[in-house]
Amino acid sequence: MILFKNIYDWYRALKGFRKGLATSIIVILSVSLAELIYQKSHNLRFISPIIILLVVSALIGLITKIILVRQFRSFLFIVPALAIFSIFYIYPFIKVLQLGHYNWDGILPTMKFVGLYNFIEVMKDKVWWQSMFNAGYITFIALTFQNALALILALACDRQMKAGNFYRIIFFIPPVLSAVVVGLVWQWLYDGDYGLLNHWLYAIGFPNLARSWLSDPKTALTCVAIVHSWKGFGWGFVILLAGLQTIPHEFYEAARVEGANSWQVFKGITVPLMIPVFVLVAILTVLGSMQSFVLILTMTDGGPVFHTVVPVTRILNSMIGSSRFGYACSQSIIFGAILLAISFIQKRVSQNMRQA
Amino acid sequence: MMIFRVKKTTTNILVHLLLISVSITCLFPLLWMFGSSLKTQGTVFSDMSIIPAQPHFENYVTAWREGNFGRYFFNSLIYTSTVVFGIVLVSSLAAFAFSRLKFPGRNAFFIMFLAAMMIPLPGSFVPLYVLMVKLHLVNTRLGYVLCLINVGLSFSIFLLKTYFDKIPKELEDAARIDGCNRLGIYRHVALPFAKPALAVVVIFNALNVWNEYVLALIIFNSKDLMPLQRGLMIFRGEFLTNYPLLMAGLTIAALPIIVLYLLMQKYIVKGVTSRVAFP
Amino acid sequence: MKNQKSKIKNQNHIPKFKKVFKFFNFSLSFWILIFGLWIFNSSGCAQRDDALAKKTITVWHWMTDRESAFQELAKRYEDETGIRINFELYAPSDVYSQKVRAAAQGRTLPDIYGLLGEKRDFAAFIKSGQVADLSEAMNEENGLWKECFFSKALEVVEFKENNTYAILPGIYGAPIDIMNIQMLYNKKLFKKARLDPERPPSNWEEFIDDIQKLKKVGVPGLVSGWGEIWMIDCFASNYAFNIMGEDKVIATLKGDLPYTDPEWIKVFSLFKELVDKDALASGIVIMKNKVAEQTFANERAAFAFNGSWCVNVYDGMNPRLEYAAFLPPKVNGKNPMYIWGGGSSFSFLVNDRSSKKLETIKFLKWLTDKDQQVYLSSETKNLPSNKFALAKIPKILAQFADDMDSTTNPGIWPVTESPAVIEALGKGIQSILIKEKTPESLAQELQAIKEKESQESF
Repeated sequence: MILFKNIYDWYRALKGFRKGLATSIIVILSVSLAELIYQKSHNLRFISPIIILLVVSALIGLITKIILVRQFRSFLFIVPALAIFSIFYIYPFIKVLQLGHYNWDGILPTMKFVGLYNFIEVMKDKVWWQSMFNAGYITFIALTFQNALALILALACDRQMKAGNFYRIIFFIPPVLSAVVVGLVWQWLYDGDYGLLNHWLYAIGFPNLARSWLSDPKTALTCVAIVHSWKGFGWGFVILLAGLQTIPHEFYEAARVEGANSWQVFKGITVPLMIPVFVLVAILTVLGSMQSFVLILTMTDGGPVFHTVVPVTRILNSMIGSSRFGYACSQSIIFGAILLAISFIQKRVSQNMRQA
Repeated sequence: MMIFRVKKTTTNILVHLLLISVSITCLFPLLWMFGSSLKTQGTVFSDMSIIPAQPHFENYVTAWREGNFGRYFFNSLIYTSTVVFGIVLVSSLAAFAFSRLKFPGRNAFFIMFLAAMMIPLPGSFVPLYVLMVKLHLVNTRLGYVLCLINVGLSFSIFLLKTYFDKIPKELEDAARIDGCNRLGIYRHVALPFAKPALAVVVIFNALNVWNEYVLALIIFNSKDLMPLQRGLMIFRGEFLTNYPLLMAGLTIAALPIIVLYLLMQKYIVKGVTSRVAFP
Repeated sequence: MKNQKSKIKNQNHIPKFKKVFKFFNFSLSFWILIFGLWIFNSSGCAQRDDALAKKTITVWHWMTDRESAFQELAKRYEDETGIRINFELYAPSDVYSQKVRAAAQGRTLPDIYGLLGEKRDFAAFIKSGQVADLSEAMNEENGLWKECFFSKALEVVEFKENNTYAILPGIYGAPIDIMNIQMLYNKKLFKKARLDPERPPSNWEEFIDDIQKLKKVGVPGLVSGWGEIWMIDCFASNYAFNIMGEDKVIATLKGDLPYTDPEWIKVFSLFKELVDKDALASGIVIMKNKVAEQTFANERAAFAFNGSWCVNVYDGMNPRLEYAAFLPPKVNGKNPMYIWGGGSSFSFLVNDRSSKKLETIKFLKWLTDKDQQVYLSSETKNLPSNKFALAKIPKILAQFADDMDSTTNPGIWPVTESPAVIEALGKGIQSILIKEKTPESLAQELQAIKEKESQESF
């Protein structure tokens, strides 16, 4: 399986990333401009009129077009989703976009407009980029280790049907368990003095490998990534198994009749048919891993000394710990922009894989 | 041929070993949770056995009473069922429209939903809360349910649209020839076809709502409306955590989800009723 | 395939109005469900009833351990006066902070609530009109209410003249309890290492010596919640006060003395010494306070650095624990040792926008009165804020109470350090503990951040 046939594919993938980044930058800059103009007149209002004006005009244009094209009934299908979504997501989104341009502690009735200063400060913050690196590392482990494990297990369960039912239930237990239990159990496992892992290492005969896993800066992040993968592979397993189930048995039988062995069957039939599912699992894995934080809060709380921080813990810290709500909003926006850019890359990669 | 058969057996054994070892790691926390719930506060960390010699089953009764689980369990059931029903309805309608129907702004709106999935907003609860105060949705069940429907919307629409895209044109055309309007196609063709995806959506959202905690705490002001997780937090005191009761509570909380998964996994497994070739 | 086709064929014979009816049926069920929820709501809110609302005071807090004691007190108050007190518990504390801040924005704060966070946040809440000034009620009848509190307890909720937060001077809350943070040691483990269980170390060298002896019998030395920045800050601050004296510390906060001063480096070197001599429990650098308490309660460490709330915790986890409290062993024999303490553990604030301020203040007066304080302190094993209620506290708590005179805390200093410097201090010391930084490099870093912060005036 060749991901990129030639240099042009690399270029197009990068273009996708640039397109994603460019879109977000343009949006942020336009909002900043709107805010700057707005600031000349007023001090604090919860709804920025300029943005409302834009939204209302867009809506009017859309409704006119719908009525003209007479597809109102089709549009009706998405109205409930759109209504809920605009109230509960779009409005807070616009507010967060707006608040990122202010210095605000979240409590006082007054804010100070600082334009793009918060965003620039986020870019210069070393801890922020460390958190992005950590999140990327966890995502990388998830994409490889977690999904490979899920795939192997799904293939194994696909073959044996009677045991498959039993394993299906068991493998789904980690996602079902609350993060509290998972954090506690693994914390105990990894404990330096009384943990089970060190206990087994002594028993097998590798005492020099034993250490305080979660507070050693060299191993903390990997240990957390492993726990995260362990908790998440159940989802990948379920989706991959569902995908494997839709491949008709006739294909396999035909291949066997022609004398192909397991590896050729896998390469020639399973993989091409499963590409859309692989893409789905990859997208969901990336999105989920980049946003994970509950396990980290339970086990190490970003320690030791920022070695296991992730962007969401940094945002929560800015919000509550140092009472810098505007700064937290700008962090959220930048985080969102980066995720959006990564998703563009994934879309481009998936398109390449479909063509291959 | 002999070598081939031996090879096959070895791979079989290896595969079985892998399956069993992974299963052990998956079962271990569950057993530990269950075992801890049967111990006492004093022995929960010193006693290393999985199941203690004197199991204290009354921990479950105490947990139920002290955590006021009756009310919270009932609330959680209401929220989970309502939200799941709401999400399945709303997102399947929307996904069907995005996948099969034509209307202006179709792509734009879909990208908007997709972008929402990719841009999490950890800081958005403050503007959200203020908005809900203005809409008088604070401390109401309706407000909480709508909030949670919104949380699961993007993912569900994305997943369902991916599945709806796979419906073969012939099936849809056949239905249309037989006189189904759009809603009919939706009901009779799309929904049965996407049963596995619907099952995944149900489980995923049920799990999220069941374990959801922060939003409930912020939106609700009165104890009577709180979900199950609030009862669990009682055992996680600010300074003192009552581990046996907490574990008992967690075990009780985990059971309904496992039951739901057992019911749903049938649909994920069965796949499509009619075998169709992949595009 | 066949089944679906036949099903669809049957559709053909259904007259049109039935199809419309089916569509209605479908969406109607959804809307009925939503409507049903709406109706459901009225069963959930007791405060919608206006007549009842007039006689109900709502209190928000996060102290899970005191909830049952509070509920009992609420019952007693209702029997006495007929006014219903509604204690609402929201745990854990970080979610509670989020809730209070969101409610502040939405103007839905209750009559009484506790506040987590630093004095800076407290001041911001006051400025946004969410906290009532209680000075008038405190000074009534020649200061009757004010006099029953420990002066240290009041200092945390009080803003004095010319404070740096630009708040009008006054008392803005009622302390419910007091606490201080000290060292503890396990008597049984002392006996195991053949140390005198009645003689805790009196200075730093003895402390290190004792730990070495404990290590020989396999007991880890010091455990504390140093995964939490404020705990490290507390320990470092105590020793800073001891090594250089109060004036120099305040001077550093004001910016007159740099962090690169050799005495500050001496403070940081204490941590390095602890790590070099392997005197700390493993994993201390990511330990939350709760886990540290567990470790000490399970007799897996000989020393602990913790607050007076630990008495309740240890009692719950291991009633047979034999331990005692002592002041952190001095490094500089000439200066006194200060510990952190005061009423900052828990105070109740009154919402300025509350419609029932008079009744609320009356309730607070009742709650901090001697009898209720005695009940609270014996039920929850915490130190009362009412100085007349000290009679019936357990012996170990009395040890904490005796040292209240040596307490100080950032809430009562004339200046406080900026959060960026505090975070850098905490994280920097953690880096020293995992050997990624030296005391000198930390000092330079701190000074650089401090200078940057003071240049940016907001």
